[in-house]
Amino acid sequence: MAVTNIVLAGLGGQGVVKASDLLSTTAFNAGCEVKKSEVHGMSQRGGSVTSDVRFGDQVMSPMVPMGEADFLLVFEASQVDINRGWLKPGGVLITPDAIPEGALRNRKSLNVAILGALSVMLDFDEAQWIRSIHTCLAEKLHTVNEQAFALGREVGQQLGHVKETEGV
Amino acid sequence: MASTERLLLSGNEAVALAALHAGVTLGTGYPGTPSTEILEAFDHIGGPAQWAPNEKVALEVALGVSFAGARSLTTMKHVGVNVAADPLFTAAYIDMTGGLVLVSADDPGMASSQNEQDNRHYARAAIVPMLEPADAQQAYDFTLAAFELSERWKVPVILRMTTRICHAKTEVRPGPERPSSIEPGYQRDIPGRVMIPAYARPAHHKVRAKMDEIAQWNEQSDLNRIHPGDRSLGIIASGVAVMHAREAAPEATVLALGLTWPLPMKRIKEFVESVDRCVVIEEGDHLLYEALKVAGLDVEGKPEMYRFSELNVPRVRRILAGDTTPEAKPPRGKPPELCKGCSHREVFEALSRMDCIVAGDIGCYTLGVLPPFEAMDTCVCMGAAIGVGLGLRHVLPEEQARRVVSVIGDSTFVHSGLTGIAEMVYNPPPTGHVVLIVDNSTTAMTGRQEHPGTGRSLNHEPANKMDFGAVCRAMGVKNVEVVDPQKPGEDFEGRLRALLEKDELSVMIAERPCILAAPLIRKFEKAQEDKQAQCAAAMTD
Repeated sequence: MAVTNIVLAGLGGQGVVKASDLLSTTAFNAGCEVKKSEVHGMSQRGGSVTSDVRFGDQVMSPMVPMGEADFLLVFEASQVDINRGWLKPGGVLITPDAIPEGALRNRKSLNVAILGALSVMLDFDEAQWIRSIHTCLAEKLHTVNEQAFALGREVGQQLGHVKETEGV
Repeated sequence: MASTERLLLSGNEAVALAALHAGVTLGTGYPGTPSTEILEAFDHIGGPAQWAPNEKVALEVALGVSFAGARSLTTMKHVGVNVAADPLFTAAYIDMTGGLVLVSADDPGMASSQNEQDNRHYARAAIVPMLEPADAQQAYDFTLAAFELSERWKVPVILRMTTRICHAKTEVRPGPERPSSIEPGYQRDIPGRVMIPAYARPAHHKVRAKMDEIAQWNEQSDLNRIHPGDRSLGIIASGVAVMHAREAAPEATVLALGLTWPLPMKRIKEFVESVDRCVVIEEGDHLLYEALKVAGLDVEGKPEMYRFSELNVPRVRRILAGDTTPEAKPPRGKPPELCKGCSHREVFEALSRMDCIVAGDIGCYTLGVLPPFEAMDTCVCMGAAIGVGLGLRHVLPEEQARRVVSVIGDSTFVHSGLTGIAEMVYNPPPTGHVVLIVDNSTTAMTGRQEHPGTGRSLNHEPANKMDFGAVCRAMGVKNVEVVDPQKPGEDFEGRLRALLEKDELSVMIAERPCILAAPLIRKFEKAQEDKQAQCAAAMTD
């Protein structure tokens, strides 16, 4: 299996790192080699945060090279343009407006809803994703995040993502 | 050796697990990105861990543990090793008894640091072996190996990590426990441990001889590995650069160095001679390249522009291609800021209104330098606020000197502020001075760790609490005031103005828990109250 490169981007407090934990746990439990990395510290104070997740048969660097991401997930509209350069030509961008305003019981689970949209484009079973939600999140958050994930899957299936065109 | 159990761990978590498997008797350190999670994880999985007031004390405690015949782990960020450098350089002369491993977590690219020093220099300068893992599996394996090296040659060992090892999660297959065979107990060794000149002179020769032996051993060690490939291109690398290089040049033959000091020079020479072209790929300074050139080896280094910031796959491709054209700027994200509701906001708003000259320090409050406050004039290192503020006061014209305030956080004050207060009391400037301790009851920047001023230990259990006001008074500071900057009735600004007008020495403690820590602090306090109530109930039963 070739390496799949995913960059998650948002602001501190939006659950970028939590989402990348869910994603990497799902890929890891499916038997992939997984590497994920991000920068902690100053980024926690409301600044921009990105996290790189890579999985496949064999992964070397823990960092996604600029211009080589298959998927770019952005949790905050202001962070779309500055992160667009991570995507490879033809890569898939999922932006926060893919998840309709008001559709989530709690906007804090936007990160998991966007993972739901991503999940229909990856080869992992839905059950594996749910298992990751259960292992990575506190019990009181399971229901709300399972709902957010299901909503995201619907969005993903209804082609709620914007395809980057060649040469962008 | 590896088991079938697969774990997805950060490098920091992998070090903690290995420390547990190595039977580490005490983990000690000071929080600092990217090292902080090592001791937190160690505590979480059942290892004995504690925060020290600073890195120097942490290493000294670790040395005591070693002299008592037990294993100790001490963790810190790269600049923390500067603070611990004094004991480190002499510890190298002394025979360790229990294994001692110092983790240096470097921050190339300065994600959350004041400089990007390359701590590989410390191995050479302090005369200690250094291991550099390339992923979390190696962080696990090398931690165990480091303890064994430390006990075999009776030397402290540095495990040098970087942000992309500490905070990157990769697969780890842990092995069986490998505890020490040494039993704790005191054995006197005066010439070996008391570093007066008469004993230190032979000790210097001894440590050089130990390093020669380790270098010899390193020639055959499996800590270094060759990843075979095409002989037309050879790459020598260490740490995460190994991974970048193997991805950037999948066809190349790669010598991945694990025990990077002392170097296995014969083995490197053979490698260089076995390939047509040999390039050294190293993050940071040109250290390995220079060592190999001095040894007369025909290797290429990297252009000077790649000394700065982190390496990554595209940059390694550019190095291999000799590309020195300007690089695309990485995307500039939104800078961090003080949280909404953070009491540092009121402090810096007031300092800005008062046009103070602010000698600042290291912590969340360093964000007071950014708009809209722009209320910080200097930031050098942990504790520098006080010394720098005093220097400014000594020399500036009176009108300017009176506006100088030293601003320092609570954890930073414990780390390196006390000697600054001693200096202030001993050598007071003519206009006096004002030190403002912004006390938010936690080490906020690194993720809310405890310290001696919080009254709780690393695991948040109750501990003795250092009283900053009482300490400052006892040291000879005339005026000590405690104020909540968020309570208008307490008149933070008016009282600070009044102190600045005096020719006296003052410490003002602006006390208000970090808004992110406050709910946790209440939880810890509640847990303690419940426990006490249970005890009381049990006593009356």
